[in-house]
Amino acid sequence: MVFHLEQHTLFYGQASQSHGGAAALSDISLSIKVGEKVALIGPSGAGKSSLLSVLYQNADEQSAWCPQDGGLVDALSVYNNIFSGGLERHSSLYNALNLVRPFARPLAEIMQLSQQLGIRDKLFISVDQLSGGQRQRVALGRALYRQQAVFLGDEPVSSLDPLQANELLGLVLQKHKTAVVSLHNRRLALQHFDRIIALRAGRIVFDGPSKGLSESHLDVMYGANEDGAE
Amino acid sequence: MAQNNFAPIQRIVSEQLKGTGRRLFWLSVAFGVSALLCIPFVDLTWHTVEPWQELSRIGFGMLTPSFAQIGLTELINSLGYTIAFAFLAVVISVPLGVVFAMLFHWRLIRWAMASVRAVHELFWGLLFMQIFGLSATTGLLAILIPYTGVFAKVFAEIFEQQSPLPTQSMGKKAAMLSRYLYGVIPQSYSAMAGYVRYRFECALRSSAILGFIGLPTLGFFLESSFKQGDYSEAASVFWLFLLLIATVRYWLKPKLWWLYTLAAIYVLPESPTVHGATFWQFFSQDIWPKALLRGDFSATTLWLDKQFWRLAWPAMGTTLALTQIALVLTGILTLLLYPLATKVIVSSGIRLSSRFVLLFLRSMPELMLAFVFLLLFGPSALAAVFALALHNAGLIAFLLANASEAQHKLNATSAYAKRAFDRYGYQELPQRYATFLAFLFYRWEVILRESAIMGILGIATLGFYVDSAFEDIRFDRAFFLIIMTALLNIAVDSVSRTIRQRAGLTTANLAVR
Repeated sequence: MVFHLEQHTLFYGQASQSHGGAAALSDISLSIKVGEKVALIGPSGAGKSSLLSVLYQNADEQSAWCPQDGGLVDALSVYNNIFSGGLERHSSLYNALNLVRPFARPLAEIMQLSQQLGIRDKLFISVDQLSGGQRQRVALGRALYRQQAVFLGDEPVSSLDPLQANELLGLVLQKHKTAVVSLHNRRLALQHFDRIIALRAGRIVFDGPSKGLSESHLDVMYGANEDGAE
Repeated sequence: MAQNNFAPIQRIVSEQLKGTGRRLFWLSVAFGVSALLCIPFVDLTWHTVEPWQELSRIGFGMLTPSFAQIGLTELINSLGYTIAFAFLAVVISVPLGVVFAMLFHWRLIRWAMASVRAVHELFWGLLFMQIFGLSATTGLLAILIPYTGVFAKVFAEIFEQQSPLPTQSMGKKAAMLSRYLYGVIPQSYSAMAGYVRYRFECALRSSAILGFIGLPTLGFFLESSFKQGDYSEAASVFWLFLLLIATVRYWLKPKLWWLYTLAAIYVLPESPTVHGATFWQFFSQDIWPKALLRGDFSATTLWLDKQFWRLAWPAMGTTLALTQIALVLTGILTLLLYPLATKVIVSSGIRLSSRFVLLFLRSMPELMLAFVFLLLFGPSALAAVFALALHNAGLIAFLLANASEAQHKLNATSAYAKRAFDRYGYQELPQRYATFLAFLFYRWEVILRESAIMGILGIATLGFYVDSAFEDIRFDRAFFLIIMTALLNIAVDSVSRTIRQRAGLTTANLAVR
C-alpha cells in the first residue's frame, strides 16, 4: 500500500465548515497499491490538485513530484534544474561545486535523460528562455531524476502535442512503479493507466479499472452532458 | 432580480472603501498631532540673524568650486577610499547576509541581526576607532556590520516571497544548503541584485560621512572646508560626491566585481596591527561599568540608574520628538514634491527639473545636509529636521512618482480629470495614499537612526551624548548609550511593523528598507 486515505476532508485556506467555506476535498477514501497506475480526471476545480498535494504530503519521502506549473527555477539552466531532482543523493559541497561546473557523471546521466526528453540542445540555457512545452519537459526531467518509485504529476503533459505527450507519459510510467497523474486528455488516460479516479466538486464520483471504459464514459464523468460550462 | 442583487454589493464595496480611507485618514491625523505635541520638546529656534548672507556665500561657493587647498591628489585619494570602503564592505556583508538569512528561522540570529542593524554606522565607527584608530579596519567594520544585519533581514524577506514549488519538487531529504543553492537563491537572484545595487549607493553615503568622525573619506574634507568657511573648496567635494552617486549605474558592472575588489584592496589605507590583547581588553573591560566588573551589583544598579535618568532618558525623548517632527514633515514634503515629478500631473519640463531636485535630495546624506543647514539656522534642531525631511522626501517622492507613472501606463484612459489639481485630488492621491503611508512607516526606523546620529553635530539627541562620552574616554557610558539607542530603534521598528500590519500597509518595494 502506497497511499491510504479514509474520509479525508480538506478546506481551502483557513475556511472551515462552520464558516460555510467550500471544501476542496470532502470525504475522500481511497487506497493505492504498489504498482498501480492511476489517472485522475475531472473538470477544473474538481480537487485534483488538492488530492495530489495531500498524497504528496503523505509520501514525500518516496515520491517524485511534478507540480502543475512546473515549479522551475527560472535563473538556472535546464541542466541544473534537472540536477536539482537529485540533490539528496549528494553532499552539499558536491551540489555547490556542481553549480560552478557540472560533474562528469551527473552530466552524462542528464544528457541521456534530456535526449529522451527532446531537450538535449537546450541543456545550458536558463529555463526562462524556453517555451511552455519545453519547460514541461524540464519539469518531467527533474521528476525522473529524482529516481523514486512513485510519480505524482499534476497535468504534467498538458502543454505537449499529443504524440510527445503519449511518448513522454509512457517513459514516465515505465520508470516509476506506481503513479498518480491528473490528466485532461481522456485518450491518454485510457491508454496508459489501469485505474481511473474521477473527481467532481471535491468528491470521488468514479473509482474503477479503465478496462472496458470508453472516452464517452469519461465525458460523462466530466459532466460534459450536464453542464458544459464547467 | 439583478438589481436587487446588485445594490447591496455596491453598498458593501463603498462602505469598505470608506472604511479604509477613514482609517488611513485618522492614522495620518494621529501622527500629525503627535508631531505637533513633540514641538515643545525640541529646540527649533532660528538662531542666525542674517542667514541670507551666509546662504549667498554658500551659493556663490557652489558655483565656483575649487580644490586648490586640498590638492587634486588628496581629493582623488579620498574619493578612492570612499569607494573602496563602500565596495569592500558590501562585498563582505552580502555573503554574510545570505548565510544569516538562511538561518533566519533561529530566534537568536533574528535578534543578533536586529541589534547590529539598529546601531548606526557612525556609532560602530566611533566604537572601533577606540581599538583600530583611524584605519581601514575601522571604516570597513563600521559599514559591514550593520549592513550584514540589513542584508540578512531583507534577503530573508525575499526568500520568503519565492514560490515553494521548486524546493518541494527536490525532495525533503536534500540538504538545506543545496535547496537554497538550487532553488531559493537563484529564484531570488534578481531581487537580491537590485537591492544590493541600491545598498551600494547607501554604502557610498555611509562611507562618505565616516569622514565626519575623522576617517579620510570625502566627508572629512567636506567638513573641514565648510568649517573653515571655504565654500568653493567644499563645493568641489560636494559636486564630486553627487557625481559619484549619480553615475553609479553607469560604472558599477556586477560582472567586474572581482576587479573592483582587487582595486579596492589595493587602494585601502594601511591598517596598523592591533594586538589581540588590546581588542580583548576593550570588549571585556573598557566598555563595562567598573562596578559591574568588580561584581558590586548595588553600585552597578546605582550607576545604571544615574546614566539612564540623567542622560539616556532625556536624550531618548529628544531623539524621538525630533524623529516624529521629521517624519511628519517628510510626509508633507513628499505629498508636495511627488506630483511635480510624475508625468500624470505635470509637463515633461517640470517633471525633469523636479526629478533632478529629487535625485539631489536622495543622493545627499542627511548628515551632510544637516551640517550645511546648521550654518544657516545656527545650532538648533531645525537643521536636523529639515535635513531628515528633505532627504527622505526626496527618496519617497521619487518612488511614488515611479509608481504613479507605472500605473499610468497600465490604465492610460483613467486620466478623466483635465486639470492637474483635479487629477491629483481625485486620482493620484487616493490611489497612492496607502503606498505613501507604507513607505513613510518603513522610513520611520531609518529616520530615528539618523536623528540619533545627528547628535554628533551638536544637537541634543543620543549621538551627542555618545560622542561626548567617547571624548571623555567614558567607554562604559558610551556603550550603555549605544545599547539604549539600539533598543529604542528596535522598539520603533516593532511599533511600525504593528501599525503597518494593522492598517494593511504593505509594499514590495525594497528601496525603502
